[in-house]
Amino acid sequence: MSAWIRQHGQALLQGLRKLSVLNALVIGVALSLPAAGYALIESLRPAGERLALEPRISLFLEPQARRTEVEALGARLRADRRIASVRFVPREEALKEMSEVQGLSEVIGALGRNPLPDAFVVTSKQDIAGELAKLPGVAHVQADAAWARRLAAAAAIAQLGVAVLAALLGAALVAVTFNTIRLQILTQRDEIEVSKLLGATDSFIGRPFYYLGLLQGLVGGVVALAIVGAALGLLNREVRVLAESYGSNFRFGFLPLSEAGLLVLLAGALGWVGAWLSVGRQLREIEPR
Amino acid sequence: MVKFSAVAKRYPGGQEALQDVSFSLEAGELAFLTGRSGAGKSTLLKLIPAIERPSAGSVVVNGQNVASLKRAAIPYLRRNIGLVFQDQKLLYDRSVFDNVMLPLAFSAHAPKEAARRARAALDKVGLLGREKANPIQLSGGEQQRVAIARAVVNRPAILVADEPTANLDAESAQRILEIFVAFNQVGVTVLIASHDRSLVERYGKRVLRLEGGRIA
Repeated sequence: MSAWIRQHGQALLQGLRKLSVLNALVIGVALSLPAAGYALIESLRPAGERLALEPRISLFLEPQARRTEVEALGARLRADRRIASVRFVPREEALKEMSEVQGLSEVIGALGRNPLPDAFVVTSKQDIAGELAKLPGVAHVQADAAWARRLAAAAAIAQLGVAVLAALLGAALVAVTFNTIRLQILTQRDEIEVSKLLGATDSFIGRPFYYLGLLQGLVGGVVALAIVGAALGLLNREVRVLAESYGSNFRFGFLPLSEAGLLVLLAGALGWVGAWLSVGRQLREIEPR
Repeated sequence: MVKFSAVAKRYPGGQEALQDVSFSLEAGELAFLTGRSGAGKSTLLKLIPAIERPSAGSVVVNGQNVASLKRAAIPYLRRNIGLVFQDQKLLYDRSVFDNVMLPLAFSAHAPKEAARRARAALDKVGLLGREKANPIQLSGGEQQRVAIARAVVNRPAILVADEPTANLDAESAQRILEIFVAFNQVGVTVLIASHDRSLVERYGKRVLRLEGGRIA
Protein backbone atom coordinates (compact mmCIF):
# COMPACT_ATOMS: atom_id res chain seq x y z
CA MET A 1 0.00 0.00 0.00
CA SER A 2 2.68 2.48 1.01
CA ALA A 3 4.69 1.42 -2.05
CA TRP A 4 1.64 2.10 -4.21
CA ILE A 5 1.22 5.57 -2.73
CA ARG A 6 4.93 6.28 -3.09
CA GLN A 7 4.92 5.24 -6.75
CA HIS A 8 1.91 7.43 -7.48
CA GLY A 9 3.46 10.30 -5.54
CA GLN A 10 6.63 10.03 -7.60
CA ALA A 11 4.63 9.85 -10.84
CA LEU A 12 2.64 12.93 -9.80
CA LEU A 13 5.85 14.79 -9.04
CA GLN A 14 7.32 13.81 -12.40
CA GLY A 15 4.14 14.95 -14.12
CA LEU A 16 4.32 18.24 -12.24
CA ARG A 17 7.92 18.77 -13.32
CA LYS A 18 6.98 18.29 -16.96
CA LEU A 19 4.03 20.68 -16.74
CA SER A 20 4.48 23.54 -19.18
CA VAL A 21 3.00 26.92 -18.27
CA LEU A 22 2.62 27.73 -21.95
CA ASN A 23 0.48 24.65 -22.66
CA ALA A 24 -1.73 25.32 -19.65
CA LEU A 25 -2.14 28.89 -20.91
CA VAL A 26 -3.14 27.70 -24.40
CA ILE A 27 -5.74 25.38 -22.87
CA GLY A 28 -6.92 28.14 -20.52
CA VAL A 29 -7.42 30.63 -23.34
CA ALA A 30 -9.29 28.04 -25.42
CA LEU A 31 -11.60 27.11 -22.55
CA SER A 32 -12.20 30.70 -21.48
CA LEU A 33 -14.19 31.38 -24.68
CA PRO A 34 -17.08 28.96 -24.06
CA ALA A 35 -16.89 29.60 -20.31
CA ALA A 36 -17.30 33.34 -20.83
CA GLY A 37 -20.10 32.77 -23.35
CA TYR A 38 -21.87 30.57 -20.84
CA ALA A 39 -21.49 33.15 -18.06
CA LEU A 40 -22.90 35.92 -20.30
CA ILE A 41 -25.92 33.85 -21.35
CA GLU A 42 -26.61 32.77 -17.79
CA SER A 43 -26.54 36.41 -16.67
CA LEU A 44 -28.97 37.46 -19.37
CA ARG A 45 -31.33 34.53 -18.91
CA PRO A 46 -33.44 35.95 -16.02
CA ALA A 47 -34.14 39.08 -18.09
CA GLY A 48 -35.06 37.02 -21.12
CA GLU A 49 -37.26 34.59 -19.22
CA ARG A 50 -39.36 37.37 -17.72
CA LEU A 51 -40.30 38.41 -21.22
CA ALA A 52 -40.65 35.09 -22.90
CA LEU A 53 -43.04 33.23 -20.60
CA GLU A 54 -46.41 33.52 -22.33
CA PRO A 55 -46.94 35.77 -25.28
CA ARG A 56 -48.82 38.74 -23.86
CA ILE A 57 -51.05 41.27 -25.60
CA SER A 58 -51.79 44.60 -23.92
CA LEU A 59 -55.01 46.39 -24.87
CA PHE A 60 -54.94 50.07 -23.92
CA LEU A 61 -58.42 51.61 -23.74
CA GLU A 62 -59.66 55.02 -24.82
CA PRO A 63 -58.99 57.46 -21.95
CA GLN A 64 -62.64 58.55 -21.94
CA ALA A 65 -64.09 55.02 -21.95
CA ARG A 66 -67.02 54.55 -19.56
CA ARG A 67 -67.13 51.94 -16.82
CA THR A 68 -69.98 49.99 -18.51
CA GLU A 69 -68.11 49.90 -21.82
CA VAL A 70 -65.03 48.60 -20.06
CA GLU A 71 -67.04 45.88 -18.30
CA ALA A 72 -68.68 44.81 -21.55
CA LEU A 73 -65.30 44.54 -23.23
CA GLY A 74 -63.98 42.49 -20.30
CA ALA A 75 -66.89 40.07 -20.56
CA ARG A 76 -66.33 39.71 -24.27
CA LEU A 77 -62.62 38.97 -23.84
CA ARG A 78 -63.29 36.39 -21.12
CA ALA A 79 -65.78 34.65 -23.41
CA ASP A 80 -63.20 34.32 -26.19
CA ARG A 81 -61.86 30.75 -26.23
CA ARG A 82 -58.60 31.66 -27.92
CA ILE A 83 -57.64 33.79 -24.94
CA ALA A 84 -55.97 31.93 -22.05
CA SER A 85 -56.20 34.60 -19.39
CA VAL A 86 -57.49 38.11 -18.94
CA ARG A 87 -56.30 40.61 -16.39
CA PHE A 88 -57.76 44.08 -15.96
CA VAL A 89 -55.25 46.77 -15.00
CA PRO A 90 -56.97 49.95 -13.84
CA ARG A 91 -55.12 53.15 -14.56
CA GLU A 92 -54.41 53.71 -10.84
CA GLU A 93 -52.76 50.33 -10.53
CA ALA A 94 -50.73 50.87 -13.69
CA LEU A 95 -49.46 54.13 -12.22
CA LYS A 96 -48.53 52.41 -9.01
CA GLU A 97 -46.69 49.61 -10.85
CA MET A 98 -44.84 52.07 -12.95
CA SER A 99 -43.77 54.22 -10.03
CA GLU A 100 -42.17 51.15 -8.51
CA VAL A 101 -39.80 50.88 -11.45
CA GLN A 102 -36.59 52.58 -10.50
CA GLY A 103 -36.00 56.00 -11.96
CA LEU A 104 -39.56 56.45 -13.16
CA SER A 105 -41.15 57.50 -9.85
CA GLU A 106 -39.65 60.98 -10.10
CA VAL A 107 -40.86 61.38 -13.63
CA ILE A 108 -44.40 60.38 -12.68
CA GLY A 109 -44.35 62.60 -9.63
CA ALA A 110 -43.49 65.53 -11.87
CA LEU A 111 -46.46 64.85 -14.15
CA GLY A 112 -49.07 65.77 -11.54
CA ARG A 113 -51.93 63.75 -13.02
CA ASN A 114 -52.20 60.13 -14.18
CA PRO A 115 -51.52 59.98 -17.91
CA LEU A 116 -52.18 56.23 -18.14
CA PRO A 117 -55.31 54.62 -19.55
CA ASP A 118 -57.10 51.52 -18.25
CA ALA A 119 -55.81 48.35 -19.85
CA PHE A 120 -56.48 44.66 -20.32
CA VAL A 121 -53.56 42.26 -20.39
CA VAL A 122 -54.47 39.02 -22.13
CA THR A 123 -52.36 35.99 -22.92
CA SER A 124 -52.93 33.99 -26.03
CA LYS A 125 -50.86 31.61 -28.08
CA GLN A 126 -52.59 32.81 -31.22
CA ASP A 127 -51.85 35.91 -33.21
CA ILE A 128 -55.07 37.85 -32.53
CA ALA A 129 -53.60 41.28 -31.81
CA GLY A 130 -54.95 42.78 -35.06
CA GLU A 131 -58.45 41.54 -34.37
CA LEU A 132 -58.46 42.86 -30.81
CA ALA A 133 -57.40 46.31 -31.97
CA LYS A 134 -60.72 46.66 -33.83
CA LEU A 135 -62.85 46.12 -30.72
CA PRO A 136 -64.83 49.17 -29.58
CA GLY A 137 -63.16 51.21 -26.82
CA VAL A 138 -59.67 49.90 -27.61
CA ALA A 139 -57.24 52.68 -28.45
CA HIS A 140 -54.03 50.78 -28.94
CA VAL A 141 -52.78 47.17 -28.89
CA GLN A 142 -49.25 46.09 -28.09
CA ALA A 143 -48.20 42.50 -28.66
CA ASP A 144 -44.87 41.54 -27.13
CA ALA A 145 -45.25 38.01 -28.47
CA ALA A 146 -43.33 38.63 -31.64
CA TRP A 147 -40.22 40.06 -30.13
CA ALA A 148 -40.34 37.73 -27.14
CA ARG A 149 -40.24 34.89 -29.62
CA ARG A 150 -37.37 36.55 -31.44
CA LEU A 151 -35.47 36.97 -28.19
CA ALA A 152 -36.03 33.34 -27.26
CA ALA A 153 -34.81 32.26 -30.69
CA ALA A 154 -31.75 34.47 -30.41
CA ALA A 155 -30.99 33.05 -26.97
CA ALA A 156 -31.32 29.50 -28.32
CA ILE A 157 -28.92 30.31 -31.15
CA ALA A 158 -26.41 31.82 -28.70
CA GLN A 159 -26.67 28.77 -26.47
CA LEU A 160 -26.14 26.43 -29.38
CA GLY A 161 -23.17 28.52 -30.45
CA VAL A 162 -21.62 28.23 -27.00
CA ALA A 163 -22.27 24.48 -26.96
CA VAL A 164 -20.63 24.00 -30.37
CA LEU A 165 -17.70 26.17 -29.28
CA ALA A 166 -17.34 24.18 -26.07
CA ALA A 167 -17.35 20.87 -27.96
CA LEU A 168 -14.78 22.12 -30.50
CA LEU A 169 -12.44 23.56 -27.90
CA GLY A 170 -12.86 20.48 -25.71
CA ALA A 171 -11.67 18.43 -28.68
CA ALA A 172 -8.82 20.92 -29.11
CA LEU A 173 -7.87 20.36 -25.47
CA VAL A 174 -7.67 16.61 -26.06
CA ALA A 175 -5.60 17.19 -29.20
CA VAL A 176 -3.21 19.62 -27.48
CA THR A 177 -2.68 17.17 -24.62
CA PHE A 178 -2.26 14.28 -27.03
CA ASN A 179 0.45 16.12 -28.89
CA THR A 180 2.23 17.48 -25.81
CA ILE A 181 2.49 14.00 -24.43
CA ARG A 182 3.51 12.49 -27.75
CA LEU A 183 6.44 14.92 -27.91
CA GLN A 184 7.25 14.36 -24.26
CA ILE A 185 7.36 10.59 -24.83
CA LEU A 186 9.56 11.03 -27.90
CA THR A 187 12.10 13.08 -25.93
CA GLN A 188 12.17 10.38 -23.28
CA ARG A 189 12.38 7.53 -25.75
CA ASP A 190 15.76 6.30 -24.46
CA GLU A 191 14.62 6.26 -20.87
CA ILE A 192 11.42 4.43 -21.77
CA GLU A 193 13.28 1.85 -23.85
CA VAL A 194 15.79 1.18 -21.07
CA SER A 195 13.01 1.03 -18.47
CA LYS A 196 11.21 -1.59 -20.55
CA LEU A 197 14.41 -3.66 -20.78
CA LEU A 198 14.81 -3.49 -17.01
CA GLY A 199 11.27 -4.70 -16.36
CA ALA A 200 9.06 -1.60 -16.05
CA THR A 201 5.39 -2.22 -16.83
CA ASP A 202 3.54 -0.02 -19.31
CA SER A 203 1.37 1.36 -16.54
CA PHE A 204 4.45 2.39 -14.54
CA ILE A 205 5.98 4.11 -17.56
CA GLY A 206 2.69 5.75 -18.55
CA ARG A 207 1.72 7.00 -15.09
CA PRO A 208 3.67 10.30 -15.08
CA PHE A 209 2.16 11.11 -18.47
CA TYR A 210 -1.39 10.48 -17.24
CA TYR A 211 -0.71 12.83 -14.36
CA LEU A 212 0.78 15.35 -16.77
CA GLY A 213 -2.38 15.29 -18.91
CA LEU A 214 -4.63 15.55 -15.88
CA LEU A 215 -2.64 18.40 -14.30
CA GLN A 216 -2.37 20.28 -17.57
CA GLY A 217 -6.15 20.12 -17.96
CA LEU A 218 -6.82 21.16 -14.36
CA VAL A 219 -4.41 24.09 -14.51
CA GLY A 220 -5.86 25.05 -17.91
CA GLY A 221 -9.34 25.06 -16.35
CA VAL A 222 -8.20 27.30 -13.51
CA VAL A 223 -6.50 29.64 -16.00
CA ALA A 224 -9.77 29.78 -17.99
CA LEU A 225 -11.71 30.76 -14.85
CA ALA A 226 -9.15 33.46 -14.06
CA ILE A 227 -9.45 34.84 -17.59
CA VAL A 228 -13.28 34.84 -17.42
CA GLY A 229 -13.20 36.49 -13.98
CA ALA A 230 -10.83 39.20 -15.15
CA ALA A 231 -12.76 39.80 -18.39
CA LEU A 232 -16.13 40.04 -16.61
CA GLY A 233 -14.60 42.38 -14.03
CA LEU A 234 -13.45 44.70 -16.80
CA LEU A 235 -16.77 44.40 -18.63
CA ASN A 236 -18.81 45.07 -15.50
CA ARG A 237 -17.03 48.38 -14.94
CA GLU A 238 -18.54 49.63 -18.19
CA VAL A 239 -21.83 47.76 -17.72
CA ARG A 240 -22.30 49.41 -14.33
CA VAL A 241 -22.12 52.87 -15.85
CA LEU A 242 -24.63 51.90 -18.55
CA ALA A 243 -27.00 50.05 -16.19
CA GLU A 244 -27.00 52.82 -13.61
CA SER A 245 -28.05 55.32 -16.23
CA TYR A 246 -31.17 53.14 -16.61
CA GLY A 247 -31.60 52.85 -12.85
CA SER A 248 -30.68 49.17 -12.94
CA ASN A 249 -28.06 47.38 -10.90
CA PHE A 250 -27.51 44.72 -13.58
CA ARG A 251 -24.08 43.06 -13.65
CA PHE A 252 -22.69 40.09 -15.51
CA GLY A 253 -22.33 37.37 -12.90
CA PHE A 254 -19.35 35.00 -12.65
CA LEU A 255 -20.06 31.30 -13.21
CA PRO A 256 -21.79 29.68 -10.24
CA LEU A 257 -19.22 27.97 -8.02
CA SER A 258 -20.50 24.47 -8.80
CA GLU A 259 -20.21 25.08 -12.54
CA ALA A 260 -16.79 26.67 -12.19
CA GLY A 261 -15.70 23.53 -10.33
CA LEU A 262 -17.27 21.37 -13.02
CA LEU A 263 -15.34 23.24 -15.72
CA VAL A 264 -12.02 22.57 -13.96
CA LEU A 265 -12.86 18.89 -13.43
CA LEU A 266 -14.01 18.47 -17.00
CA ALA A 267 -10.82 20.09 -18.29
CA GLY A 268 -8.82 17.69 -16.12
CA ALA A 269 -10.81 14.73 -17.42
CA LEU A 270 -10.30 15.77 -21.05
CA GLY A 271 -6.57 16.16 -20.38
CA TRP A 272 -6.52 12.67 -18.97
CA VAL A 273 -8.32 11.34 -22.06
CA GLY A 274 -5.74 13.04 -24.30
CA ALA A 275 -2.95 11.46 -22.27
CA TRP A 276 -4.64 8.06 -22.37
CA LEU A 277 -4.98 8.15 -26.17
CA SER A 278 -1.37 9.28 -26.55
CA VAL A 279 0.29 6.95 -24.04
CA GLY A 280 -1.57 3.89 -25.29
CA ARG A 281 -0.38 4.46 -28.84
CA GLN A 282 3.17 5.57 -28.16
CA LEU A 283 4.23 3.03 -25.57
CA ARG A 284 3.33 0.15 -27.84
CA GLU A 285 5.53 1.61 -30.55
CA ILE A 286 8.59 1.92 -28.33
CA GLU A 287 9.85 -1.62 -28.02
CA PRO A 288 13.51 -2.41 -27.41
CA ARG A 289 15.21 -4.15 -30.33
CA MET B 1 17.39 -22.32 -15.43
CA VAL B 2 17.49 -21.63 -19.19
CA LYS B 3 16.44 -24.28 -21.70
CA PHE B 4 16.31 -23.87 -25.49
CA SER B 5 14.55 -26.70 -27.38
CA ALA B 6 14.70 -26.81 -31.19
CA VAL B 7 14.56 -23.03 -31.40
CA ALA B 8 14.38 -21.27 -34.76
CA LYS B 9 14.17 -17.55 -35.43
CA ARG B 10 13.21 -16.11 -38.80
CA TYR B 11 13.10 -12.36 -39.22
CA PRO B 12 10.46 -10.82 -41.46
CA GLY B 13 11.92 -10.98 -44.94
CA GLY B 14 12.93 -14.61 -44.60
CA GLN B 15 16.35 -14.19 -42.97
CA GLU B 16 17.10 -17.25 -40.80
CA ALA B 17 18.96 -16.07 -37.70
CA LEU B 18 18.75 -19.29 -35.67
CA GLN B 19 17.99 -22.88 -36.66
CA ASP B 20 17.38 -25.86 -34.42
CA VAL B 21 19.16 -24.46 -31.37
CA SER B 22 18.98 -26.68 -28.28
CA PHE B 23 20.96 -26.33 -25.06
CA SER B 24 20.34 -25.83 -21.39
CA LEU B 25 22.02 -23.85 -18.65
CA GLU B 26 21.82 -25.21 -15.12
CA ALA B 27 21.21 -22.89 -12.20
CA GLY B 28 24.52 -21.41 -11.04
CA GLU B 29 26.33 -22.21 -14.32
CA LEU B 30 28.52 -19.76 -16.25
CA ALA B 31 28.77 -20.23 -20.02
CA PHE B 32 30.20 -18.28 -22.92
CA LEU B 33 28.50 -17.93 -26.27
CA THR B 34 30.96 -17.40 -29.11
CA GLY B 35 30.82 -17.09 -32.85
CA ARG B 36 31.50 -14.55 -35.59
CA SER B 37 29.41 -11.43 -35.83
CA GLY B 38 26.24 -12.38 -37.66
CA ALA B 39 26.30 -15.92 -36.29
CA GLY B 40 23.15 -15.21 -34.25
CA LYS B 41 24.59 -14.52 -30.77
CA SER B 42 22.57 -11.34 -30.19
CA THR B 43 19.40 -12.96 -31.47
CA LEU B 44 19.85 -15.91 -29.15
CA LEU B 45 20.39 -13.65 -26.13
CA LYS B 46 17.36 -11.51 -27.02
CA LEU B 47 15.11 -14.56 -26.83
CA ILE B 48 15.81 -14.98 -23.10
CA PRO B 49 14.22 -11.70 -21.89
CA ALA B 50 11.56 -11.88 -24.65
CA ILE B 51 12.97 -8.92 -26.60
CA GLU B 52 12.46 -11.27 -29.55
CA ARG B 53 10.15 -14.27 -29.74
CA PRO B 54 11.17 -17.57 -31.34
CA SER B 55 9.55 -18.57 -34.66
CA ALA B 56 9.61 -22.21 -33.58
CA GLY B 57 10.63 -24.24 -30.55
CA SER B 58 10.50 -23.30 -26.91
CA VAL B 59 12.60 -21.09 -24.64
CA VAL B 60 12.04 -21.88 -20.98
CA VAL B 61 13.44 -19.41 -18.47
CA ASN B 62 13.00 -20.09 -14.78
CA GLY B 63 10.21 -22.55 -15.54
CA GLN B 64 8.29 -20.17 -17.82
CA ASN B 65 7.95 -20.70 -21.56
CA VAL B 66 8.94 -17.30 -22.94
CA ALA B 67 7.57 -18.13 -26.39
CA SER B 68 3.99 -18.11 -25.17
CA LEU B 69 4.32 -15.43 -22.50
CA LYS B 70 1.67 -12.69 -22.56
CA ARG B 71 2.85 -9.17 -23.27
CA ALA B 72 1.78 -7.99 -19.83
CA ALA B 73 3.87 -10.70 -18.11
CA ILE B 74 7.14 -9.75 -19.83
CA PRO B 75 8.18 -6.98 -17.35
CA TYR B 76 8.03 -9.46 -14.48
CA LEU B 77 10.18 -11.96 -16.42
CA ARG B 78 12.76 -9.23 -17.10
CA ARG B 79 13.02 -8.23 -13.44
CA ASN B 80 14.59 -11.60 -12.79
CA ILE B 81 17.11 -11.26 -15.65
CA GLY B 82 20.04 -8.83 -15.48
CA LEU B 83 20.83 -7.51 -18.96
CA VAL B 84 24.17 -6.02 -20.00
CA PHE B 85 24.62 -4.65 -23.52
CA GLN B 86 27.60 -3.85 -25.67
CA ASP B 87 26.48 -0.20 -25.80
CA GLN B 88 25.63 -0.07 -22.05
CA LYS B 89 22.34 1.83 -22.63
CA LEU B 90 23.01 4.20 -19.72
CA LEU B 91 21.00 7.41 -19.34
CA TYR B 92 23.24 10.44 -19.59
CA ASP B 93 20.75 12.90 -18.11
CA ARG B 94 21.36 11.59 -14.57
CA SER B 95 24.09 10.49 -12.21
CA VAL B 96 25.68 7.04 -11.97
CA PHE B 97 23.74 6.49 -8.76
CA ASP B 98 20.38 7.35 -10.36
CA ASN B 99 21.15 5.03 -13.27
CA VAL B 100 21.59 2.16 -10.85
CA MET B 101 18.45 3.22 -8.95
CA LEU B 102 16.29 3.01 -12.10
CA PRO B 103 15.24 -0.68 -11.84
CA LEU B 104 14.42 -0.21 -8.15
CA ALA B 105 11.87 2.50 -8.91
CA PHE B 106 9.38 0.06 -10.41
CA SER B 107 9.98 -2.88 -8.12
CA ALA B 108 8.54 -0.99 -5.13
CA HIS B 109 11.42 -0.85 -2.67
CA ALA B 110 11.38 1.60 0.22
CA PRO B 111 13.66 4.56 -0.63
CA LYS B 112 16.28 3.79 2.04
CA GLU B 113 16.45 0.12 1.11
CA ALA B 114 16.72 1.05 -2.58
CA ALA B 115 19.60 3.47 -1.93
CA ARG B 116 21.36 0.86 0.19
CA ARG B 117 21.06 -1.73 -2.58
CA ALA B 118 22.27 0.69 -5.24
CA ARG B 119 25.38 1.51 -3.18
CA ALA B 120 26.02 -2.19 -2.55
CA ALA B 121 25.80 -2.89 -6.30
CA LEU B 122 28.18 -0.01 -7.10
CA ASP B 123 30.53 -1.27 -4.42
CA LYS B 124 30.65 -4.73 -6.04
CA VAL B 125 31.78 -3.25 -9.35
CA GLY B 126 34.28 -0.95 -7.60
CA LEU B 127 32.58 2.35 -8.42
CA LEU B 128 31.22 3.48 -5.06
CA GLY B 129 33.35 6.63 -5.20
CA ARG B 130 31.87 7.71 -8.54
CA GLU B 131 28.17 7.57 -7.70
CA LYS B 132 27.62 11.33 -8.13
CA ALA B 133 29.42 11.49 -11.50
CA ASN B 134 27.60 11.60 -14.81
CA PRO B 135 28.23 8.41 -16.82
CA ILE B 136 29.65 10.52 -19.67
CA GLN B 137 32.60 11.43 -17.41
CA LEU B 138 33.51 7.76 -17.01
CA SER B 139 35.75 5.58 -19.18
CA GLY B 140 34.23 2.85 -21.36
CA GLY B 141 35.15 0.15 -18.85
CA GLU B 142 33.70 2.13 -15.97
CA GLN B 143 30.49 2.75 -17.89
CA GLN B 144 30.20 -0.98 -18.54
CA ARG B 145 30.63 -1.58 -14.80
CA VAL B 146 27.80 0.89 -14.07
CA ALA B 147 25.65 -1.12 -16.49
CA ILE B 148 26.53 -4.30 -14.61
CA ALA B 149 25.66 -2.68 -11.28
CA ARG B 150 22.30 -1.68 -12.76
CA ALA B 151 21.75 -5.24 -14.05
CA VAL B 152 22.41 -6.87 -10.67
CA VAL B 153 20.80 -4.32 -8.33
CA ASN B 154 17.52 -6.25 -8.32
CA ARG B 155 19.46 -9.46 -7.49
CA PRO B 156 18.37 -11.40 -10.60
CA ALA B 157 18.87 -15.15 -10.85
CA ILE B 158 20.23 -14.83 -14.39
CA LEU B 159 22.75 -12.43 -15.94
CA VAL B 160 22.84 -12.11 -19.72
CA ALA B 161 25.59 -10.04 -21.33
CA ASP B 162 25.92 -9.29 -25.04
CA GLU B 163 29.55 -8.52 -25.99
CA PRO B 164 30.23 -6.65 -22.74
CA THR B 165 33.94 -6.32 -23.50
CA ALA B 166 33.82 -5.59 -27.23
CA ASN B 167 34.89 -1.94 -27.08
CA LEU B 168 37.33 -2.26 -24.18
CA ASP B 169 41.06 -2.63 -23.85
CA ALA B 170 42.37 -5.99 -22.61
CA GLU B 171 42.79 -4.89 -19.00
CA SER B 172 39.28 -3.40 -18.70
CA ALA B 173 37.81 -6.44 -20.47
CA GLN B 174 39.42 -8.80 -18.02
CA ARG B 175 38.17 -6.76 -15.07
CA ILE B 176 34.61 -6.93 -16.44
CA LEU B 177 34.81 -10.69 -16.90
CA GLU B 178 36.14 -11.11 -13.37
CA ILE B 179 33.10 -9.27 -12.06
CA PHE B 180 30.84 -11.72 -13.90
CA VAL B 181 32.80 -14.65 -12.49
CA ALA B 182 32.42 -13.19 -8.98
CA PHE B 183 28.63 -12.98 -9.40
CA ASN B 184 28.59 -16.54 -10.69
CA GLN B 185 30.46 -17.66 -7.57
CA VAL B 186 27.59 -16.42 -5.40
CA GLY B 187 25.09 -18.49 -7.39
CA VAL B 188 23.97 -16.29 -10.31
CA THR B 189 23.52 -18.07 -13.65
CA VAL B 190 25.57 -16.19 -16.26
CA LEU B 191 25.58 -16.28 -20.07
CA ILE B 192 28.10 -14.04 -21.85
CA ALA B 193 28.34 -13.59 -25.61
CA SER B 194 31.79 -12.73 -26.95
CA HIS B 195 33.60 -13.06 -30.25
CA ASP B 196 36.98 -12.96 -28.48
CA ARG B 197 37.86 -16.67 -28.18
CA SER B 198 41.26 -16.18 -26.55
CA LEU B 199 39.68 -14.21 -23.71
CA VAL B 200 36.94 -16.80 -23.29
CA GLU B 201 39.22 -19.82 -23.28
CA ARG B 202 41.29 -18.39 -20.43
CA TYR B 203 38.49 -19.17 -17.96
CA GLY B 204 38.02 -22.85 -18.75
CA LYS B 205 34.24 -22.54 -18.64
CA ARG B 206 31.63 -24.09 -20.89
CA VAL B 207 31.60 -22.57 -24.39
CA LEU B 208 28.63 -22.66 -26.77
CA ARG B 209 29.75 -21.98 -30.33
CA LEU B 210 27.28 -20.59 -32.86
CA GLU B 211 27.93 -20.96 -36.59
CA GLY B 212 25.45 -19.74 -39.15
CA GLY B 213 22.61 -19.87 -36.66
CA ARG B 214 23.35 -23.38 -35.39
CA ILE B 215 25.15 -24.66 -32.31
CA ALA B 216 28.42 -26.17 -33.61
